[in-house]
Amino acid sequence: MGAFHSNPAEQTYRDLAEKTGFSVEQIWILHNRFKQLSHDEEMLRRDDFKAIPDLACNPIRSQIIEAFFDQRNFQTNSDGTAHEIGFEEFLTVMSYFRPPSLNMTQEEKEDLRRAKLRFLFNMHDTDNDGTITLEEYRHVVEELLSRSGAIGQETAKGITDAAMLEVASTSVGHMGPDDVYEGITFEHFLKILKGIEIESRMHIRFLNMDTTVLCK
Amino acid sequence: MPVVLCSCAPEAAEMPARCRWAGAWRTFPRVRWVFLLALFAGAVASASAGQVNDTDSGATGGEGTGHHSRRAFPVLAVNYEYIRMPFEISLWILLASFMKLGFHLIPRLSGVVPESCLLIAVGLVVGGLIRLMGETPPVLSYNLFFLCLLPPIILDAGYFLPMRPFSENVGTILVFAVVGTLWNAFFMGATLFGVCQAVGGQLESVGLLACLLFGAIVSAVDPVAVLAVFEEIHINELLHILVFGESLLNDAVTVVLYHLFEEFGNVGIVTLADVFLGIICFLVVAMGGIMVGAVYGVLAAFTSRFTSHTRVIEPLFVFLYSYMAYLSAEVFHLSGIMALIACGVVMRPYVEANISHKSYTTIKYFLKMWSSVSETLIFIFLGVSTVAGPHAWNWPFVIATIFLCLISRVLGVIGLTFVINKFRIVKLSNKDQFIVAYGGLRGAIAFSLAFVLSAKHFPMKNMFLTAIITVIFFTVFVQGMTIRPLVELLAVKKKKETKHSINEEIHTQFLDHLLTGIEGVCGHYGHHHWKDKLNRFNKMYVKRWLIAGERSTEPQLISFYHKLELKQALMLAESGSTAKLPSIPSSASMQGESMRRSTRGRALPQISKVKEEEIRKILRANLQKTRQRLHSYNRHTLIADPFEDNWTEVRLRKKRVEMERRMSHYLTVPAKQQDCSPVRRVRFESDNQVYSSNLNPGSPMFHNDDPPVMEVARAPIARMDSVSLVDDSSRPQDSETARSSSGQTLAVSEFKDGDLRIPCCRSDPRPNLNEEADSTFLS
Repeated sequence: MGAFHSNPAEQTYRDLAEKTGFSVEQIWILHNRFKQLSHDEEMLRRDDFKAIPDLACNPIRSQIIEAFFDQRNFQTNSDGTAHEIGFEEFLTVMSYFRPPSLNMTQEEKEDLRRAKLRFLFNMHDTDNDGTITLEEYRHVVEELLSRSGAIGQETAKGITDAAMLEVASTSVGHMGPDDVYEGITFEHFLKILKGIEIESRMHIRFLNMDTTVLCK
Repeated sequence: MPVVLCSCAPEAAEMPARCRWAGAWRTFPRVRWVFLLALFAGAVASASAGQVNDTDSGATGGEGTGHHSRRAFPVLAVNYEYIRMPFEISLWILLASFMKLGFHLIPRLSGVVPESCLLIAVGLVVGGLIRLMGETPPVLSYNLFFLCLLPPIILDAGYFLPMRPFSENVGTILVFAVVGTLWNAFFMGATLFGVCQAVGGQLESVGLLACLLFGAIVSAVDPVAVLAVFEEIHINELLHILVFGESLLNDAVTVVLYHLFEEFGNVGIVTLADVFLGIICFLVVAMGGIMVGAVYGVLAAFTSRFTSHTRVIEPLFVFLYSYMAYLSAEVFHLSGIMALIACGVVMRPYVEANISHKSYTTIKYFLKMWSSVSETLIFIFLGVSTVAGPHAWNWPFVIATIFLCLISRVLGVIGLTFVINKFRIVKLSNKDQFIVAYGGLRGAIAFSLAFVLSAKHFPMKNMFLTAIITVIFFTVFVQGMTIRPLVELLAVKKKKETKHSINEEIHTQFLDHLLTGIEGVCGHYGHHHWKDKLNRFNKMYVKRWLIAGERSTEPQLISFYHKLELKQALMLAESGSTAKLPSIPSSASMQGESMRRSTRGRALPQISKVKEEEIRKILRANLQKTRQRLHSYNRHTLIADPFEDNWTEVRLRKKRVEMERRMSHYLTVPAKQQDCSPVRRVRFESDNQVYSSNLNPGSPMFHNDDPPVMEVARAPIARMDSVSLVDDSSRPQDSETARSSSGQTLAVSEFKDGDLRIPCCRSDPRPNLNEEADSTFLS
C-alpha cells in the first residue's frame, strides 16, 4: 500500500475485504482499475464500459455490461438497474468470480455455486420475473451466434427450442399434453448445469493472485 | 534379426496349457479353439521351418550329383524361405490377436488382472517355448520398437487427446514431465552410484555417468504402460490427463538426457559447458519436435482440403503425414513423440472439417486397431525378451533400483505438487497425488533404450537390462494390478458419466465469453484473453486456408448442434430403410391433432440421398471440442456404440411393434436411462431424439411460423433403452400414445414443415458424440 492511502481509505478497504472476501491488496488493485476506467471519477457509467477496447469484440458485451448495473447482483435485495455504480458495487460484482478457497466446507462450496449460478441466471433473466422464458433464452443464443450472420437467426431459434425442451424434460416431471413449459426457474437452472463445475470454472485467475498484475 | 516361431507338438503344448486353464478349458469352449488355433499356427510354422531344410538339401543334393537325370515334374513344391519373413510377422500378430480374444473370453481374469500383465505372461510362456526348441527368441529390437510399434500408439493418443483438460492443465503436466523426470533421473542416478560404491565388489566399476544414464532411462514414465493400465480403471479426467500427459511430454527430457549421458558416459566427464548445451538441446528437441509436427499437421490439413473427390485415400494422408512427422523428427534426434502429438493435435480440427464421415470413422478404427495390436505385441515381446536376453542378476542393484524408483517418484510428486498447488485453482489433493505417484509406470521404452547401449562402453549393460526388466515387471504387475483396488479403496473420483447436453454447451460458451469479458474489464490479460485471441486468429486466417468451402465460417455452437443432429439423421437413414410404414396411422391411437397431421403425412421415412449428402456437407463443421471424454482411449470397447450392439434386437422389436403409431404430439422422455418414461409434452423417442410438436398455437414455447431448421432429423433413433422403456411402462396413457418403438418406423412421415419442432438432442450416445466432438484447437 502506498503512502498516499490515508487511514480512512484503508478502513474502507478492510470493510470491503470482509464483505466481499477479497484481500486488501486485490481491492487496491481493483480500485486502481476502477479509477482508470472511470477516469478518476467516483462512479462508473455504461459508457465507460463501452470504451473498453477488449470488450468490443465480445459477442455478449451488452449482457456483461448490464450485469454490472443490475441491482440484483449487488446483494442488497433490490431490483432494477442502476445508472451508475460505485466502487463497492463494482467490487461486489467482481466477487462473483472468485474461486473457491481450499478450506471451504461442502456447504460453503454449495453456497458459492448457487451464488455464481444466480449471477448467471440474472444475466439471462432480463425482465426479472424469476424465470428464463423462451424469448430471453433465444436472445442469449442469438447473442452467442451474433458473429455468424445469417445462419444465426434460424438456427438460434432451433437451438433455443431444443435447449428448452431439454430443460423441460430433465426438470419437469409429468406433463400433460397441454401443459406449457413456462420458463426455466432457478431450480431448474441449477439442475441442468449440474454437470459444469461452476465453482471452479467461473473464476478469474487474477483475482486469486496476491501479486500485482499489469493494469492496462 | 531372424524371427523364428516354433512350437512344440500340439499335445505337449496342451499339457501346460491345460494345467493353467483347466477351469477355463472346460467352461469356455471358445477358449479352447482360440488356443488350439494359436498353437496350430505355431506348429505349422515349425513344421514348415523343418521342411525347408529338407527341401533345400534335397534339391541341392539332386543337382550336385550332376546326373541330369530327369526327375518328375514337381506337382507340389514347398518354398518356405520365400515367404518366411512376412509369414512369421503375420503369425506373431495373429498370436497377439488371439491372446486379446482369449482374454476377453475369460471375464473373470480380465477383471482382476490388467491385460498388460497377462500379455507379458504369455510372452514369457512363448519365449520359454521357443527356448525349449533351442531357437533364439526374437528380442524387442530398437528399430522394431521405435519405428513400427510405438508410432501407432502415440498417434492414437495424440489424435484423440482431449484438448480442454490438456490445455487447462498444461502447466502442471509440463512441470511433472520436465522437472519431475529430471529429479527422478538425477536422484536415482546419484543414489545408485552411492549404493554401487557402498556395496563395492562387482559394482565398483559402475561410474557416476553410467548410473546417471541408467537413472535417465529408468525414470521416464511410459505412455504405453500408462495407457494400458489407466484405461481400464476409468479414473477421473484430471488425473488421467496428468499422468498420461506427463508420460507423453517427458519424451523430450528422456531423449536429451539419454544422448547427453551416452555421449559422455564413455568419456567420463561432463563440464559445465556440456550442461549448458544440454539445456539448449532440450529446448531444441522439444520445440523442434513440436514444430516439425505442427508443420506436417498443417500440410495434412491443407492436403485434406482438396480431397473431396478422392475420399477413399483421405485416411491415408492422415497416417502418412503423421508417420513422416515422426520420422523427420527422429532424423534430427528431436523428440519424435512430441512431433507426432503435435501433428495429430494441429491437424485434427481442420482435417475433420474436411473429410467425410466415413473417412473419419476409418481413421478412428484404423488407429485403434493398430495401436491395440502394437500394444499387445509390445507386451508380448517384453515377455519374450525377458526369456531371451542375457541376464546379469545383481541383488543389491536391482533391489536398490526398485526402491529408488518408488521413493523418487513419491518424493518428486509430493514436492512438485506442493509448489504447483500454489498456482492451481483446483488443487491436487493427497489422493490425487497418490494416484499420480502410483501411476508412474515404466515400460518398454526404457527397455529398448537400454537395449541399444553399446556393450563396449557400458560393460554392465546386462545388469542394467536385468534391473530395468525387473522394474518394468514390478510396476506393471504390482502397481498395475493393485491400482484398481486402491482406486476403489480410496474412493478416487471416477470418470463422470455425464451426457452432453445443449444447455451445457451453450453455457460453456457463454462462460468462455463472459470470463473473457470480465478479464477485459479487469484489464488483466489472462488465460481466457489469450484463448479468445487465438480462437479469433484461428477463425479469421487459419480456417480460411485449411478448411474447404463454407464450413470454415460455422460457429462452434451451430456445428455442435448440427453434429448431434447429423448422427440422428444417419441413424434414421439406417433404421428407416428397414421399416415399413403404413401411411395412415391406426385410428385407435390417434387424437385430434395428430390426425390432422398424419393425413398430410408422407409415406416414406427415408431421407433422400441428396438431402443426406446436403446435410452432411453443412454439418461437417470444425469441431472445437466441448467436453472431453476419454472413451477414445478405451481400446477394449472401441465402438462403445450402443446402436451397433443393440441393432439386432432393435430390429426384432421394430417388427413386433410396427403397426403401432406414435402420437406425434406426444413425446416421451426417459428421464433417466432406466426410469419409466413419463408421458409428457416433450418426449424423447430415444435418448437422443426429441420431437416436440406444435400442438398449442398459443403456447409461448412453440411457434407456428418457423420451419424446422433440420428437416432430416425427424425420425427418432431406435434405441433399445427407450424402446424397452416404453414397452415396459404400463401406464394407461401409453396405450393411446404411440409407442416410441413404433416411432422408429413412423417418424418422418408425420412431420411436415411448420409442425415439426426442432428435434433436440438431449443426450447422445456417449461414445459417438464424445469421440466426434472431441476437440481441437485449444478451446
